[in-house]
Amino acid sequence: MTAAPAAIQTSGLTKRFGRQTVVDGVDLDVPAGAVFGFLGPNGSGKTTTIRMLLGLANATAGEITVLGERMPGTLGTVLPDVGALIEGPGFYPFLSGAANLARLDAADGWAPRATRRTRVAEALDRVGLTQAGGKKVRAYSLGMKQRLGIANALLMPRQLIVLDEPTNGLDPQGTREVRGLIRSLASTGTTVFVSSHLLAEIEQMCTHIGVMRGGRLVAQGTIDELRAAGQATLHLTVAAPDARLAVRTLAPLGIVVTTAAAPEAQAAEVAPEAAGDTALAAPFPDGLPPEHVVAALVGAGVRVRGVAVDRPSLEDSFVALTGEGFDVVQ
Amino acid sequence: MSSSDPTAATVRSPRRALGWGFFLSELGVLFRRRRTQAMLGALAAVPILIAVAIRVTGGDGRGPAFLDRISQNGLFVGMTALVVSIPLFLPLTVGVVAGDSVAGEASTGTLRYLLVSPVGRIRLLVVKFASAVVFCLAATLTVSLAGILAGAVLFPIGPVTLLSGNTVDVGEALLRALLISVYVALGLVGLAAIGLFISTLTDAPVGAMAATVVVAILSQVLGQLSQTELLHPFLPSYHWLDFADLLRQPIDWSSFAGNAWLQLAYVAIFGTLSYARFATKDVLS
Ligand SMILES: Nc1ncnc2c1ncn2[C@@H]1O[C@H](COP(=O)(O)OP(=O)(O)O)[C@@H](O)[C@H]1O
Ligand SMILES: [Mg+2]
Repeated sequence: MTAAPAAIQTSGLTKRFGRQTVVDGVDLDVPAGAVFGFLGPNGSGKTTTIRMLLGLANATAGEITVLGERMPGTLGTVLPDVGALIEGPGFYPFLSGAANLARLDAADGWAPRATRRTRVAEALDRVGLTQAGGKKVRAYSLGMKQRLGIANALLMPRQLIVLDEPTNGLDPQGTREVRGLIRSLASTGTTVFVSSHLLAEIEQMCTHIGVMRGGRLVAQGTIDELRAAGQATLHLTVAAPDARLAVRTLAPLGIVVTTAAAPEAQAAEVAPEAAGDTALAAPFPDGLPPEHVVAALVGAGVRVRGVAVDRPSLEDSFVALTGEGFDVVQ
Repeated sequence: MSSSDPTAATVRSPRRALGWGFFLSELGVLFRRRRTQAMLGALAAVPILIAVAIRVTGGDGRGPAFLDRISQNGLFVGMTALVVSIPLFLPLTVGVVAGDSVAGEASTGTLRYLLVSPVGRIRLLVVKFASAVVFCLAATLTVSLAGILAGAVLFPIGPVTLLSGNTVDVGEALLRALLISVYVALGLVGLAAIGLFISTLTDAPVGAMAATVVVAILSQVLGQLSQTELLHPFLPSYHWLDFADLLRQPIDWSSFAGNAWLQLAYVAIFGTLSYARFATKDVLS
């Protein structure tokens, strides 16, 4: 795997529909072997980006490299190594699940006919559709179709698998299974590019994340980088009379108490005679070991009743990046 | 990259297939489909209805070409049914198949999956067109064969007197019937190319089917107006009913050749247009 080229790279990727810019100067960088979560609210341009990556839609501007090859010039040689689920499953309702897979497999000029039956059966098995494989797709639930769509992406060994909102329509059990499937793909070295509008659904399995908002890629990096990017917060609970002392002790450490969680205690203006505990909160500087803070407080005679340093959840960062309320951006 | 994944290298075919497998799969999807079977069934019903009607009424009265000969020779049932089916039934079924070819895949969402599988866009067009051509032949053969069978069951079968006055035996007559089926199917090939092109314009298969059928009807209407006489030789339906020449001895191939050239021109023009439209089209279905 030495110096494997990036699985996906784009620079300035842009798509306009009429006067609306739907994808706007996106510079994706998906390293080989990554599980890349492509996050963004509905309408943020995820599917449109994926269509351009796979040569279904033409980019208005920008460049695309997939598996080290410039697209769309080399579609015919790159796409056999790419499995994809794009904007939901698409199947012939009048054919069985297995017949649908065989049909799409027959369209792939590189897929050997001799092994088709076995590969179809294996793909159905991997998504738990062995029992339903002979049923007409007309009779499938949305979740079953979604599974069949994923099975289609797995018909051949792939280097890159692109899954656009794979957990749509799946029950919690199905969602867990998809996560397991993605993990098992990743463990064999396959790069997985998975889009979602729900961070929680994919957070646990991603190594990298890119966040789309209104057609722009507003953040991209490893999941740890994105976690670290958020400001940590110190939560401190002290005996109420010691609150002012605590604030004074923290100041030289670079910790400025901005909020006191207890409603009766306004920041540093804490009533010294108030009984009970006072909760204080402050932005916590990076790189400062929390135990130093505790030592300083105890040394100054502050009765520390509780201390915690919170990293914002990725969820919070995601909401901060994409905007509250998940409004569909026009 | 492929060196890092030995399984992919061993599992893939050494060479990209030409597309025969995909063509066979396309035929399988087309002919296993209820709608296709229903259309062929309806076409088969045409000669059967004709044969039964004549059997019941005795075949007197006016009707399409060859109708009066049926009661003497059942071999004419197929030919009569073809004449009856040419203006509407056959173009209708070809319009459904050709109009559905690309737009139908778009509407079921399978077009994007075929394209990323990947089947090249040109290959897809060629296979779609080729299977529409196979359908044209299947449609005319269905009418002919159902006609011959119905004729054989309900009427006497015997040597056929050709338009040139010669008489040929039953075997030769069956060959002529086959030839006429091919001729009529050939005449529909241009329409199939037009339907393929219309199908690349939209994601709504019903619209593409209807538009293709309208083209077939317009062509015939224009072909009947003396005001558009200059246009007539260029209409796709110009040779549709000219198969009488195949019922002479020796066979006069001129209308067959004229038909073939005309249809070839339509295939060239609308094949190119389909390619121009589809090769770089954004597939957003
Ligand atoms: N065919 C189209 N024509 C015009 N606008 C489109 C088309 N497809 C998508 N859009 C617009 O592009 C934007 C992004 O859509 P999409 O890429 O599907 O977002 P996502 O997958 O992130 O939900 C939306 O505002 C949508 O309205
Ligand atoms: Mg989408």
